[in-house]
Amino acid sequence: MSAITLQDYLVVSVLLFCLGLLGVIMRRNILVIYMSLELMLNAGNLALVAASRFNNNLHGQIMVFFIITVAAAEVAVGLALIVALYRRRQTTHVEDLASLKL
Amino acid sequence: MEIVAFYSFAVLTLLCGLLVIANPFTRSPVTSAMFLVLTIVSLAGLFIQLHAFFLAAIQILVYAGAVIVLFVFVIMLLDLKAEEQRRIKAVMAGLGGAAVAMIAYAMIRTIKQSAAPFSVAHPELEGSTVIVGHRIFTQYAVPFEVLSLLLLVAMIGTVLLSKKDLK
Repeated sequence: MSAITLQDYLVVSVLLFCLGLLGVIMRRNILVIYMSLELMLNAGNLALVAASRFNNNLHGQIMVFFIITVAAAEVAVGLALIVALYRRRQTTHVEDLASLKL
Repeated sequence: MEIVAFYSFAVLTLLCGLLVIANPFTRSPVTSAMFLVLTIVSLAGLFIQLHAFFLAAIQILVYAGAVIVLFVFVIMLLDLKAEEQRRIKAVMAGLGGAAVAMIAYAMIRTIKQSAAPFSVAHPELEGSTVIVGHRIFTQYAVPFEVLSLLLLVAMIGTVLLSKKDLK
């Protein structure tokens, strides 16, 4: 077997991204959908770090540093929204959240 | 050694990722969150393979330490017992799975066909934490400051949204 190449890392990243996408499509609990979104974000991070290493620069790594920070902020706001929604509607099931009006 | 480590971390990542979205034994969101922790930790292992030590530490500290704890807090806060009874419609799951499999096939095919000269990184960038830190505070100083503003806005937004009466 030869050494690990960028393609191998990108294939792992694509598979992880598709798992996240499948979770968003398949699951109906809004919290699990949110976790699947995190999976997709992490797949993107892996692709950036791998590209950064194999192209011999550090911009990808710094990009991922920023992405992780933004993701943390996004999770905080998103979960606050979910809690506010649950207080109003008593559900986290997306099929029960079909109307725009609260 | 490197190959064994890569494949074990990659398989662990994908397996735990699969168990986040479709666990055959339980539908509980808490189990999903726990497998998300495992996914993130094994991704940190892949980051170490890529010599991104700083990011591996950040990944574990921020994701496994903060984000998942937040998730678990919210899951415990909401009473989700009734939610676990619902079934996934098999036809819809099959259709979604087929669509996602086609997307995965297209992307992997594109990756396999690309013939860029992928070399192994320059030894100059080994142990790159010092260089990353230096770059963040010089070349990327403005985005870094904007990021602190973003965190402030997110904090204010969260406090506002968590108030009892949303007016």
